[in-house]
Parts: sequence; C-alpha cells; structure tokens
Amino acid sequence: MADSIFAFFARHLPYDSAGFAAFAALLKSAVFILGFVMLLAGILTWMERRQSAMMQDRLGPCRANLGRFKAWGLLHFVADAVKMIFKEDFIPPKASKLLFALAPMLALAPVLIATAVIPFGAPLCYGRMTEAVPLGVCALPVEMQAARLDAGLLFYFAIASLAVYGTVLAGWASHNKWALMGGMRAASQMMSYEVTMGMAVMAMFLVYGTLEPGAMVNAQGNRPWQWGIWGVPQAIAFVLFLTAAIAENKRTPFDIPEGESEIVGYFVEYSGMRFGMFYLGEFIEIITSSAIAVTVFFGGWRFPFAGTLAASWPNWLFVLLSVGVWSLKVFLFCAFQLLIRWTLPRLRPDQLLKLGWQRLLPLSIANVVLAAGWVLFSR
Amino acid sequence: MAVTVKVVARPAGIRGHTYLVAVAEGMWVTFRHLMKNFPGNVLGLRKKTDIATLSYPEEKQAYPARNRGLHRLMKRENGDVRCVACMMCPTVCPAHCITIVPEEAPDNAVEKRPRIFEIDELRCVVCGLCVEACPCDAIRMDTKVHAPPTLRRADAILDMEALLARGEPSIATQGGTGPFWREKV
Repeated sequence: MADSIFAFFARHLPYDSAGFAAFAALLKSAVFILGFVMLLAGILTWMERRQSAMMQDRLGPCRANLGRFKAWGLLHFVADAVKMIFKEDFIPPKASKLLFALAPMLALAPVLIATAVIPFGAPLCYGRMTEAVPLGVCALPVEMQAARLDAGLLFYFAIASLAVYGTVLAGWASHNKWALMGGMRAASQMMSYEVTMGMAVMAMFLVYGTLEPGAMVNAQGNRPWQWGIWGVPQAIAFVLFLTAAIAENKRTPFDIPEGESEIVGYFVEYSGMRFGMFYLGEFIEIITSSAIAVTVFFGGWRFPFAGTLAASWPNWLFVLLSVGVWSLKVFLFCAFQLLIRWTLPRLRPDQLLKLGWQRLLPLSIANVVLAAGWVLFSR
Repeated sequence: MAVTVKVVARPAGIRGHTYLVAVAEGMWVTFRHLMKNFPGNVLGLRKKTDIATLSYPEEKQAYPARNRGLHRLMKRENGDVRCVACMMCPTVCPAHCITIVPEEAPDNAVEKRPRIFEIDELRCVVCGLCVEACPCDAIRMDTKVHAPPTLRRADAILDMEALLARGEPSIATQGGTGPFWREKV
C-alpha cells in the first residue's frame, strides 16, 4: 500500500519538479498551520487563563465539558470560537467600513505567513521513508519547512512587521479616540522594538554565518550543550530577542497598546470573530516568536540521541518524533511566555520607549559587535 | 514634573538597572504557585493546593454548627408535636412571622397544643430568638437549609406539617421531670 503510494508520487511528481515543490509546500503549510499553529493558538487562549489561575491560586476555566469528556476544561477554546462566530458583528456607524473590515485581516494574515520559514522537524528522506536514514546522508531531503528561503529570518521580520498596519488601521477606522490612542501606541511600540529584535538576531546571523533557519538548526548539535544559546553574545541576544519579541507581541509587561485598565486598545470597537482574529493573531505571534527562539537558540527539532535514533528507526517515525520534540519545545516556551505575562506589571509608555531606544537598542548594537569579535577570535 | 509627584530613585547598580534579578525572583514566586497548583488541581497528583475556590454546586462549604437555617418543629417520643402552644415564640419574634392557634390536647399531661403553627419564611429575619425563647425545645433552626425560592408568596409560609417534616424526637426532658438546673452547677 505505502510502496504503491510512493511509487505513484515518484512517477508523477519527481523530486526536482516544480509540481513536487509546490505540492510539498502546500501540504506542509496546511498541516503545519492548521494542525499545529491554529490548534496550539486555540489551546493557548485557554491555557493563558488556566495557567494564570494556577499562578494566582484560582481555578480558572474548567467547565466546558462535552458530556463525560472533561479534559480539564480544554474545550473552552471551542466554546469561545462558537461564541465569537455567533456574536453580533457590530460596526460603529461612523467607522470606515472598508478599513474596519480590512484591519483584522491585516493583523492575522502576516503572522500566519511568517510561520512559513520555520523548520518544524528533521528532513524527510524522499523515497526512503520506511528505511533508517542516518542524519545528513539523505540525497533527496524534504525539509520540514514550508518555504526554504535564503532570506530566512529576514522574511520573517519583513512579514511580521506588516502586522502593525492591522493595529494602526483598526485604531484609525474605529472612529474612537481610545482605539486611536491604542493604535498610535501600538505603532510607536512595534516600530521601536522591531529594531532591537532584528539587531538581537543579527548577532546570531554572525555566529551562524547564515540567515536561513533550517541551516541554523543544522549548525547546532543534538545535545543541549551544543545548542545555540551557549556563549556570551548568544545569551545576551536571547534575552534581547525575548524582551523585544514580547514587546512586539504587545503582551504584558508591554501591553500598552491594549492597556485594558486604562484604554481598551485599538480593538475596542471590535466584536465577534473580528475581535477573535486580533486575539488569535496575538496568540499565533506567541507561537511564532517561541518557534523562532527555539529554532535559533534551542536547537530547533534537535534532541539528545537523535543521531542514534535516526540510524535505527524508520525515517518517517523519526521525523514524526522530531516534529513532536519541536512541538514540545515550542509549547514549553509558550508556557514560559505566559509565565512572564502573568508575573510582570505593565510599563508606562515613556518607560517603554526609553527601554527600547536607550537601553535595548544600544545594547543590541554592542552585542552585534561583541558577536563579531566572538566569531573572529573563537575560530 | 508636577511638585506633587514623588520621584522614587532607581535602585543602584547593574542589578537595579536591568531588573533582571527582580524579574527572575518574581517569576520564581509565580512558578512556585504554578508548580503547587497545577499538579494538584489539573493533574490530580497531589492533595494540597493553595486554591481557595470551591466549585460551588459540587463542592459546598460546611456551615458552622451554630448556623441558623430553616425552622423545624421537634417531636415527642410518640411522634406528636413537642410544642405546647405557650406563645413564647410569637411574642418574642421581632418580625411577627409566627402564627399559633392553640387547642386543647387530648392528653391531660400535655394540656395544650397548637392547632395551627405557621411561619412566614419571607418575614423571618433568621434572628433565632424563637429558639432561645422556647421552653421545651420544640422549635429549632439547626437544619442548615436555606429558605427555598417559591413562585407565590403564600408558598413561603410553612405550616405545621412542613415544619414537622424535618423534625426528630428531641432528647430533652419535658414536663419538669428532670433535675433543677441550679442543682447541676
């Protein structure tokens, strides 16, 4: 059965054909985005409330049971989705209809597109899926990455920074002063921290000598002490990246654009699934930034004994395991981001800009110089 | 800055300026709570958690022993009502919610009993004075039951049958056969 399927693909879609590349990319992005990113984003909306409750000695949402199926209230995200879809879709009378409808799409689409460059597993060996294939010897590897671009993480930054248009447009189109203030705050904040984020990762570009996340994973070892974070400029880059990524996601302690206790933020006029798109976009950004951090600093899909397992297990099973390990790492990192979000209080806007431009940006530029020196003298 | 604003000096040194240590300390506190509550509550691995919330309809907080709930009338050994219609409780009741109509009791030792004993639970202020006033342990408020919601106001008036439904034989002696209370001390 499996052999006949492989034979069918080998005959009609040879490895180096354009059709194969397109088909593989489509399949990978569909499976990855629908099967992992959207699902995990949904789970994170529940986990954010449940984990924060656990941290604050509360119970949190635990009631969305489907008959006997309880799962600790995990189905709350399904209930939320149903609620948001069936809620009244209200557009303020004086709002700009087109921009109001466009803004949530512009907020959600870029963060989904930006996931394309993330490698989420070990490469699958085309044509030898049922054999054991040691790492790095495969002639026809199918990378577990929707798009393998030479620009790599630059593509991620370029696309992810488009999300600011969604927030600013939402603030502008709502015809609401609070929304406008939120949108303006979001613009200044995301512009500021974009620079630091790029500079922090630029130090890692120097260390790895590549922009391509797949190549970065290949440059790291299987064992935890061979991962990318070990080293002075790498560790500084990690702290800078994490700080800037949280600020970029507009989450506490940098949730000034939202600031739910002062202004409700750029999406104050949104309801139903339009609000849900902003909400989902925020959680997908957590996943994406976690995935980038795992890829660059924590070895991507790599785990101890991966080399031995690759040489003994069937290739498809090993790839599945590597995807599982990668998912677990990303999940743990998301949980860590939620821990940060529910621990730290919010900064003031002036503190935020001061931190961004006067502290983090000079530090990240100095770190690039440090990383250059590190690369120069450690070789 | 306005004169009324108190400017707090930044903590000195790299520790104070980066806040990294303070952030780590804060996260350790929240992580500790997470690690205590998550395995206990979500996974059910440990009994003791810090969570004070009760899942109300399933879990209920036990009422203290002196909680005053819905009234009940106690019974004699033969199942008759203990009340002798002495009118102490309607007299002391500040809300005038107790109605007693007495009648002759067939038993000559008892002499008097209520023909009608009604308590309007909507008027009752749950002060417990009727229980204090009762000389023969006939009325009690120890049921720990809340007054149930009713569709009509009249339904909230409990008659003798309803009050006796929760009643039990009382072990208190009645009719002056016990020891005089001063001699006990």
